[in-house]
Amino acid sequence: MTATTVQDSSLLPAGRALTREEAWFARRELNRRRLTAFMLVTPLLLFIGFAFFAPIATMLHRSVYSPTVAQLIPDTLAELQSWDGQGLPDRAVLTTMAVDLKRLASERTSGKLGEALNRGLPGTSSAVKSTARKLRRVEDTELGANGAALLLEANDRWATPELWRTVRATGQIYTERYFLTALDLERDAEGAVQVREAAQIYVQLYSKTMRIALIITILTLLLGYPLAYVLANSPSRIANLLMVMVLLPFWTSLLVRTTSWIALLQTNGVINSVLMGVGVTSEPLEMLFTEFATIIAMTHILLPFMVLPLYSVMKGIDPSYMRAALSLGSRPIPAFFRVYFPMTLPGLSAGALLVFIISVGYYITPALVGGTDGQMISNIIAFHMQQSNNWELAAALGSLLLALIIALYWIYDRLVGAGNIKLG
Amino acid sequence: MKLTNLLAGAAVLALMAAPALAQDLTAVSFGGAYGAAQKEHMIDPYMAETGAKVLFEDYSGGIAEIKAQVEAGNIQWDVVDIEVIDLERACSEGLLEVIPRDILPAGDDGVAAEDDFFPAALANECGVGVIFWSIIYAYSSETIGGEEPSTIGDFFDTAKFPGKRAMRKRPQVNLEWALIADGVAANEVYDVLSTDEGQARAFAKLDTIRDDLVWFDSWSQAPQLLNDGGAVMVQSANGRIFGAIKDDGRPFKMVWDNNVFDLDVWAIVKGTPNLDQALDFVKFATGTKPLSGMQDVAYGPTRRSGSALVDPAITEDLPTAHIDEGLKADGIFWADFGESLGEKFNEWLLK
Repeated sequence: MTATTVQDSSLLPAGRALTREEAWFARRELNRRRLTAFMLVTPLLLFIGFAFFAPIATMLHRSVYSPTVAQLIPDTLAELQSWDGQGLPDRAVLTTMAVDLKRLASERTSGKLGEALNRGLPGTSSAVKSTARKLRRVEDTELGANGAALLLEANDRWATPELWRTVRATGQIYTERYFLTALDLERDAEGAVQVREAAQIYVQLYSKTMRIALIITILTLLLGYPLAYVLANSPSRIANLLMVMVLLPFWTSLLVRTTSWIALLQTNGVINSVLMGVGVTSEPLEMLFTEFATIIAMTHILLPFMVLPLYSVMKGIDPSYMRAALSLGSRPIPAFFRVYFPMTLPGLSAGALLVFIISVGYYITPALVGGTDGQMISNIIAFHMQQSNNWELAAALGSLLLALIIALYWIYDRLVGAGNIKLG
Repeated sequence: MKLTNLLAGAAVLALMAAPALAQDLTAVSFGGAYGAAQKEHMIDPYMAETGAKVLFEDYSGGIAEIKAQVEAGNIQWDVVDIEVIDLERACSEGLLEVIPRDILPAGDDGVAAEDDFFPAALANECGVGVIFWSIIYAYSSETIGGEEPSTIGDFFDTAKFPGKRAMRKRPQVNLEWALIADGVAANEVYDVLSTDEGQARAFAKLDTIRDDLVWFDSWSQAPQLLNDGGAVMVQSANGRIFGAIKDDGRPFKMVWDNNVFDLDVWAIVKGTPNLDQALDFVKFATGTKPLSGMQDVAYGPTRRSGSALVDPAITEDLPTAHIDEGLKADGIFWADFGESLGEKFNEWLLK
């Protein structure tokens, strides 16, 4: 009560405190306004929660949650608990596995187990599936008595401790395994983290994605800065026309723009015909389905994201600053770099950050024109979502991408200061 | 007033419910010339006869999309045309319904279905054979230059035949061919490929033409790549090239050496809400007459009674005429190794 009185009293003439009743009304009014404000943004909050935070939370969860093996072979896993990790597990464990495999084969879920184990140890799925197929025909009594021997006979891999360690490791419901894979790491026999023995691809892909994004940012900057300058300093009639030319591609469908690049770049496309017609080359150049195609098409598509913030910042710069610098004796080029350029930095950082972050997660254009060379990390994430059905790995790769962007933004904030961004 | 509201509401409900009752059946196949033949001989006659509506969509093969639908419990496809090289895997992973044999119609000559179908067409309980087809490679006599390729070895010989080669972006068939080109006998290919050394050998052979490879996803891209000069030699389903030669008069030639022959089947996605109608469609589409229509694109019929209806002029173009120089695609091998070789193949692509 006293706290409210003190707070509210600042609004009142000196020497007069609120009566108890007035304070109550004031508080009720304040609460009502808060409630109204909250209700006005509720639809947006619900929408963001539903369409943004919930999917991200699901993705983060999925990247560490893999219950498949634990659900498929609970009995084998329970018996494996007592195994010391050296040599082969007891015959009892092997027999239980054989019984489990027969059950999976008749339920038609042995493929699921094979897939899950294969992610832990490449090449395992063939052992699981061929063994399951063989055991399906064996009688239950025979399997109970002689399961271990039948299992070892069906495939050599069952005799390797490595495979059993994989079974135990993939049996954990919560796991950091997919993050390790996404970083080209794995656990060795003792459980220590080491570089993955199979192909290492993801770290390289992340750095390639960053490199492509950086090149695109620099290219859009080199192309966009002079353009924005002309736009901001031309008479309005010309400026409007130029602006329409910048915006026109922006309004055209992304797919149309990307496919028109296919028409331009392909072996018998426009550019090659012109080059060969003029006599620059005798053989058609290979441009489509390369990293070059990804970079050039994305530079074109993302150019407006650089031009628009630069333009709006440049538009707000008073031309008298430059005139003053020149009339005080500076030469045009130093005047530009010391007076004009620093004032465009907020627009420049906004444009660069926008283009960089958009291109790091870009998907359609590399998928269509990039071939195998020009693929970026988002294409691999899509691949694991749609083709290999490894949603856990896709989620881990996506989470890492998110972390990477947040880290970059943090570094940017420390170096440049996020407050310096100006979109308009 | 209340009564009118009630009636109006009931009418709206009835309108909304009507399309929900008459469910559309979704059939999925490979598009292009093959899809057109299926539309003409299976989909359209079925719709005309039963009045049902069938949505006919394209996909590019493989089991990933079916798997995603089944695992997510969101079944959008009812009937799917699957290559037998993928069928065993899809069936053993529980992605397909079992199709009872007793619903299949007898042949036009009255022979019971079990005897009328070739055994391979009914070998897997999840599918009913639609066509015999084969994977070959083709070239255009316009772009190949002087000497013409005739073996799988030539496909891998970039010194003798410079230029791009196009292959479908998946391990199946490509690894078999790589081993054959590396000197493995056709009847030992799958034994060699089931060992780690054999797999390494196949990838090493693919490495030798890596820079000259163009990848495509769908068979319909194969004749197109050959046509627009995207590649000088193109792996293809035989019917696609046959269609380009016959319908468009293209100067393409097929190389049948070590062709990998296979079947396509109609299969039903596990858990479809339209199971009865899907079975009804499969029953209709695997009758003698619809099946014999597949000869439009040089694919062989899967019923003995259908063989009688094949135009004698095209028997030389059917895969059945080239089985001696071919290799049977091993669906069981790919059921066991599809997962691990698929992953290796993709890592190889990204290296």
